[in-house]
Parts: sequence; C-alpha cells; structure tokens
Amino acid sequence: MSGPSTYEPKSGITRWLDRRLPIIRLAHDSFVAYPTPRNLNYWWTFGAMLSFCLIVQIVTGIVLAMHYTPHVTMAFASVQRLERDVPFGWLIQNIHAVGASMFFLAVYIHMFRGLYYGSYKAPRELLWILGCVIYLLMVATGFLGYTLPWGQMSFWGATVITNLLGALPLIGESIKNWLMGGFSVDQPTINRFFSLHYLLPFVIAGVVGLHVWALHEAGQNNPVGVDVKSKADTVPFTPHATIKDLFATTLFVILFAVFVFYMPDALGHADNFIPADPLKTPPEIVPEWYLLPFYAILRAFDFNIGPIDSKLAGVLAMFAAIGVLFVLPWLDTSRVRSMRYRPIARQFFVIFAVVCFALGWCGGQNPGNILLKAGPFSATLTWVEGGQVAERPIQADGAANWQDAANAAEAQARADGASMTAVTRTGAATGILRSVTGGSAQTRTVEGETTDYLETHITEVKEEVGQAAPFYNVERRVPPAFTVTNFSQVLTLYYFLFFLVILPILGLRERPERVPDTIAKPVTGGKAQGAS
Amino acid sequence: MLRAISAAAALIVVGCGVALAAVHGEHPEEYPFSFESPVGSYDMAAVQRGFQVYQQVCSSCHSMDHLAYRHLGEEGGPFSLYIVRNHETGEPEPHVGRPEHGGTFVEVTENPYVRAIAAGVTIVDIDPNSGQPADRPGRISDHFRRPFPNAIAAAASNGGAAPPDLSVMTSARHGGARYVRSLLMGYDGQVNGTLHHNPYFPGGWLAMAPPLVDGVVPYSDPETPQTVDQYATDVATFLQWSADPHMEQRKRLGVVVLAFLAVLAGLLYLAYKQVWRNESH
Amino acid sequence: MAEAAATSAHDGETTRRDFIYIAGAAVATVGIAATIWPFIDQMNPAADTRALSTTEVDLSAVPEGQQVKVLWQGKPVFVRHRTAVEIAAAQRDDFASLKDPQSDADRLKQEDGEAGRPEWLVLQASCTHLGCVPTFVEGSQFGGWFCPCHGSDYDTSGRIRRGPAPKNLLVAPYLFTGPTAIRIG
Repeated sequence: MSGPSTYEPKSGITRWLDRRLPIIRLAHDSFVAYPTPRNLNYWWTFGAMLSFCLIVQIVTGIVLAMHYTPHVTMAFASVQRLERDVPFGWLIQNIHAVGASMFFLAVYIHMFRGLYYGSYKAPRELLWILGCVIYLLMVATGFLGYTLPWGQMSFWGATVITNLLGALPLIGESIKNWLMGGFSVDQPTINRFFSLHYLLPFVIAGVVGLHVWALHEAGQNNPVGVDVKSKADTVPFTPHATIKDLFATTLFVILFAVFVFYMPDALGHADNFIPADPLKTPPEIVPEWYLLPFYAILRAFDFNIGPIDSKLAGVLAMFAAIGVLFVLPWLDTSRVRSMRYRPIARQFFVIFAVVCFALGWCGGQNPGNILLKAGPFSATLTWVEGGQVAERPIQADGAANWQDAANAAEAQARADGASMTAVTRTGAATGILRSVTGGSAQTRTVEGETTDYLETHITEVKEEVGQAAPFYNVERRVPPAFTVTNFSQVLTLYYFLFFLVILPILGLRERPERVPDTIAKPVTGGKAQGAS
Repeated sequence: MLRAISAAAALIVVGCGVALAAVHGEHPEEYPFSFESPVGSYDMAAVQRGFQVYQQVCSSCHSMDHLAYRHLGEEGGPFSLYIVRNHETGEPEPHVGRPEHGGTFVEVTENPYVRAIAAGVTIVDIDPNSGQPADRPGRISDHFRRPFPNAIAAAASNGGAAPPDLSVMTSARHGGARYVRSLLMGYDGQVNGTLHHNPYFPGGWLAMAPPLVDGVVPYSDPETPQTVDQYATDVATFLQWSADPHMEQRKRLGVVVLAFLAVLAGLLYLAYKQVWRNESH
Repeated sequence: MAEAAATSAHDGETTRRDFIYIAGAAVATVGIAATIWPFIDQMNPAADTRALSTTEVDLSAVPEGQQVKVLWQGKPVFVRHRTAVEIAAAQRDDFASLKDPQSDADRLKQEDGEAGRPEWLVLQASCTHLGCVPTFVEGSQFGGWFCPCHGSDYDTSGRIRRGPAPKNLLVAPYLFTGPTAIRIG
C-alpha cells in the first residue's frame, strides 16, 4: 500500500506537466518513493531481469526484422546473411537467440520464487494469474520464433505442434488447417508466424503493465510472508531496490554474455542448421530446452483413457499442466504464505522442483529408452541339423492375402512332415517357404545387456554353427523394463498430485512454524531504525 | 530420500548410452583444433589448404551456397590482404591473413587473390542482351558456384541422395569439425552396393564414396604432408571457418565485454553496500 | 557533541558515497553507449551490398552518335559514343565559363588514372540537382543533355552549363578491359 503521493514538482515545467499529464508523478510514486519491504532477498530481483530481457528481445527482434525474409526459399539464407554480411548481425542474432533462453531461465526462477513464498495467495491472485498469462504468451512467442529460421527443427517442431491441435475432437482438423493456412506447414504458415511473433511481445509488454499495476496495488510480498504494517517495514524503492536490481541484473548479463560470446549454439540443436526438408524427418524432434518438461508430459500419455485417445490425452494434459497454475491460489489452502515456515510443504516443494528438472530431462530423451530393466535382453535360436531342406515358392492373390497364403504354405509343409519352416517374403504377394524334414532340432539361448551385445552374440552363434544350419528361427525377447515414458508418467503424476492433492491437504493438516509479527522485527531485532 | 534420488540419477545416466547408436555414430576422435578454446583462433594456413581441398575435391558434388568469393578476402578470411611494413627494409609489402600487429586492411575489391579465385570459376548466368543462359567467369560478388542447378539434379546425379550443402556443416552435425574430420578418415573399405561403411556416420552406411586419397590435392608447401589425415583436418578447419567466420572477432569482443561487466558489477556492488549501509535487511 | 562527530563522519562518507555512485553511473553510461553502436551500425549497407558489383558493357554494340544506359549498383549510367563534332565542342568549351570547371580530358580518365578515349564518355545518369535522368537532345544550345525536371542544361562533356544543378554529371569509374569493352565499377 503506497498511501498518498509524496511527489512535489519543483520547477515551472514540471508543475505545468503535472497538471496536464502526471507522468512524472506516476514514475515517482511507482519506482522512486514506492515503499518496498526491507527484507527482500535476491529472489526478488528477477522481475527487473525479466523487464530487461523483454526490452532486449524487442530491440534485437525489431533490428533482426530489418534483415529477415519470411519466405520458405529465403528465410534460412536471410539468417545466414545476417550472420555473415550485416554489420554486427552475428552479435544481434546471437543475443536474440540466447536471450530467449535467458528470458525463460529468469521466468522459471521468478515463478518458483512465487510458489515458494506464496506470492500467489490473497490479495495477489490476479497478479499471479496475469503472470501465468505472460508465461503462456512467452511460450507462444518462443514457439513462433523458433519456426522462423526455417531449419529442420523449426519445420518439424511446427509440424508436430500444429498436428497436436488436430487431436481436438470435431474441430481439430479445421483449426489445424486454419492455423497453418494450408494442409501442411508451408509458406502461409511462416509468413503468419512472423507477423504473430512480431505482435505478441507487445501484447506481453501490455500484460506486464497490468502485472506491475496489480503488484503495486497489493504491494510486494516478502520472504516472511507477513503484510507491511508500518513505515519501519519498508524502504523507498529508489535507491534501495533500484541499486540491488541493477547489481543482480549485471550478474545475469555476465551469464548472458558468456553464452553469447563463447557458447552461442550450446542451447540450440545442431539439426536447425540443416535447411528445412518436408520430405525428411530428423531422427529426433525436440523443442528448445525450456519447453522440454511439457513435451515430456505430452508424450507420457501413450495409453487411451476411456473414450479419449492417447494423443488427445497428451494434449489436454500438456495444457492442463499450465492451466493448473491459473487456479493455484484456490488450491493451496494454507493460511501461512511463505514456505519458510511450512517445513512439510517445503519438502514437497523441493521434490516438485526436482520433478520439473527430471521432466525436462525426459523431454529430451528418446521415449523408448530403457532406464532400468529386470534382466537382460535374450534371444533363442532354433535350427535343424542334418535334415533335408526343401524350398517352395509362395504365391498369394494380392498383397492383402499374403499372410493367409504364407500360413497355409507353412501348415501344408508341417502336414507333410517338416520339423521346421521359415518364410521369406520377396515381394508384395510372393515369397519362399523353406522347410526341413528329419534331422535333429537344436536350440541355443543367448543374452546381452544391450541390444547391440545381443546381436553380437547371435552372430557369434551363427558363425559357430556355420554350414550345419540351413536357416534359423530367432525369437528375441525384451525383459520387463522401466522406460523414459514410464518415468515421465510417474513424474507427471507427481506434478498434478502436487497441485491438486498435496497442497490442498497440507494447507489444512500441516502445523506451520511460528510466523514473525512484522517484517521489521526479525531484521532489526526490535530496535527502531533511522529514517528510511 | 536423497540417496535414492542419486542412485536413480546414476542409473539414468548409464541407461542413456544404450540407444544412441542409431541417432549418432561412433564418438568422433579427439583432435586439438586451434579454434576450440575460448581464446582460440583459426590457423589460416590450414583454412587456405582446406579451401583448396574443397575446390578440388568436394565442390564437384557439394554446394556452399551461403559463401561468396568475397568472403574469402574480408577481414578474418583466409585470403584477406593487409599491407604491413617490412621489419628490415621498412618497405610496405602485402601480407595474406591478419598480421600479428599493425597492417592496413586492403578492401576485398582490390584483392587480386580473391579476384583470381573467382575468375577461375565459370558461373552460369543470363546474357544481358539476349536473355539466354550464358557462361561467364566468376566475380567476387558471386556466391560459390553450384555443382548442380537444383536439388533434384543433385539427387539424381548421386543415387537419389543430394549431397548436403557444406556452408554450415560443422554447426549442423553433433561433434562439429571433429565429426567431419573423423568421417573423412573413417572409411574402412566395406561396400554394400552403392553404400560405404563408416562407423562415424549414424547408421554406419552412407552413399558418399571415400573422397580423399593420399596425394589427391597438391599442396604448395613441401613441409605439409599430402595425406588423407592432413586433408581431412584442413578441410574440417575450412568448414569450421565457413560456419563461423566472425569467431575471432566474437571472442575478442567477449573478453572486452566480460571485463567491462566485471568492473561494472564490482562498482554496483559497492554502491549497493553504500545505499544499504544504515538499513537493516 | 555526538551530532558534530556524526556530521564530520557524514561528510567523509558523503564524498565516498558520491564517488561510488558517480563511478558506477559513468561506467554504466560508457557501457550503454558502446552497446548502442552495433544497433546503429547494423543499418549501414551490409557487406554484400558494399561489395562493388561491376557492369560490363560491349562497346561494339553502340554506334557513333548513340548512347546506352546501363545499371551499375542499381543506378543508371550513360555510355555515349561521341561524334567528332561533339568531341570538338567539348574540348573547345574547356575554356568557356563553367560553373564547375573541369577539362574534358579529365572527365575521360579511367579508374586507374590512365587516359581514356575521347569518343567514349561514361557518366552517371543522375542530374546533380535532385537526381532525375537527363535526356540527350540533338542540336540543343550546349549540344548535350537536358534535365526535364528543373531545366538543367549539360554540354557534350556532361558539364553543367545552365540551370540549377551545382555540379557536372559525375563520371562513373570504369576501365577498358579490351578494345571494345569496358567494365564499370
């Protein structure tokens, strides 16, 4: 709460201006005299860093737009021209690309700060919701921007995400084609993505204005979560918070500069330096690191839930993961704001943070990767030694009848006394049946810790047996395994449980520690301080 | 709790290695390229030789659309020209590549080496009077000559797989310059139809036949060996320069910026302490 | 008593505090100025634009008394094959009163300083007043080009003789690459 304005215009010009457009008064009240809790720690400097990042992205973005061409045949080349020919183009391009990552790094820390200290609780619910809106707009802006260089990852990432919209029942296909401007990601798509990518940051800036307005209405939260009670609790924003924000932002810029000047491509993906090719899908399609947790949640749903198919379930879960943040103020029932005084909640929060990191890791992995398995991969080879080998052609009427024809041929061979058969398909409707009659059946089982080792052992057995075996039947088995997808499922479960179950219950059942009476007490030891 | 998490984390790291073979080939060989450290720079002699290898071997199939001949002569380029003062005679003389100290840069338009390189190439263009396709010698403003007029022709002449553009190849592959070097040296001779075996290539089999053999490119410097290893190293260096021509400027500027920011951070910290001196917080 | 001590201590600290603030502000200002420069420089012509593209002209296609207009760096350039009468007039007018004095021989020099050939004049087709393209008018008073926009009159060497243009038509840099070919730029 700020109380009445303390600004007094001193000169004729400032008095003239104040009577007509009190903009200096607004700046003074909001950023100079504004009473700020004296106990804010460095986690509170990330708001200023985010404003800095937004300005950097907008300025570098506008400059890049002077040189970028949003056309499928020229986009990649225009970015190359920026890197090679435009004076300092390489620098501005690097700042914009690294800047997006730095923006998300800061916003995640900012959001975690809000979660830990209960900054979303009354009367700051709308402040929190506006923040969620800003985050959603940032995700959209980042996605749109990543498409623009028109590399392989740009194109295929856009294809995957727009295809997700196709999962929505009834309206999905129409919305997808409406968004893409066609039946696949192509020229209309890149052109409109460029327009929207230019627009959204200014929408973000507008919502940031509302966000800061809502903040100043309620006043800052602080590490002990106790309301401001008197002037002893606060210091004027300038110079106290201003200098701290400037210092912390400079440290942030140092990290920013290390990436820009020494590791500019470290946060990106090599495949985005390959020009987009609609005919060739890269072996792995991954978004940028800041979207990986949501990608993991999306892919965790490889099973149908009743009438909802897995693709739709994944899309809904992915949006719900952000959606649940919007209703957080009403989910957390605790009357204590700051987790500093909520020991049990703190532990669950730490697990939540680890879960988010782990989800990010999962998002970057191949979903089928095995993390833990109960036993080795194994395979059983069977062959017949010393028997009579016969070969017979198989002819089916058309490819659709192939399986029936092959089964019939095998059944016939067995009826004729074959002890082992093998079918090889040579064409859509043709193949060869090989059978062995008589002889002695042999079998060998091999194991391997990885599929590569297994194949090596299979080859060794075949080499050892050599000519004695005319052909083999190989049956490969996968042990029960805990895959990346399984891991994502466990993590996603915790993610939703944390918001929907744990926080509501904890608020009612937990016994918090004693919260201080005022902000000033813990830092001053009760003594009154000099004028602030 | 923490122990269980660490144990799980360790298992996960181990499990990662399993399925990578399909996405990446064998891990490329280590090599101490001069440009890798934060203070590294390009060995210009290697970049020049690498360009020669590209011109004489690779350019028959691989385009480098984003490079123009003038890029070779701009500041930081392998054939950039400077006028330096000879230490002994005091006379001005030309020097190719950035000199140790001093020297004035000669604009690429006045650079005879780059002009000669460009003029040695035949570019297909439109005759300005008749409007019909006509050949002409290259100019420095031309982009590198394309071996094929379009992607379809490139694929058709190469068994269905178009040879990729090399302009940013070291950025476009995991392992970068090391990968390119290992790949060019890594053929083991196995052939399957039109495919050749190379453990560094994801999947192990690629359509490019081994392009380098000992002695295929005549180097002017007798000290430098003319082996496949040398060619591979040099062309990898050239491709790295092509992908990142401003690297040296970037790293130099980085030192200045970080030093400045460190000083600024120090001053702001002192100011912060000063402001908050009498306030408890 | 405590106040006096406090005041003197305060003075010393004021100086130190001010120094830190001033130093910090100064360093920050230098940093901001240095940061702004790349954003201004990036709008300057890029390397590909700066790289002089050249225009080749085949002179055998231009008969005597005719001129061609070619594009060089996106701007129009006249290449005129002058007649003996035009050459004589140009050389005679070396001694006329000229707003922008320059001899005809000077205006024929090639890019490398070598003398040109009097029958070949290579001029930038941009009136030095406000940039319109002048037209060559046979039999005009000064025998050369006339700019329709504001009435500047040029002679057979492209020098300004009458009208608002301040300077002669600029000579485009060129070189003879053979007996019947030139390269502009």
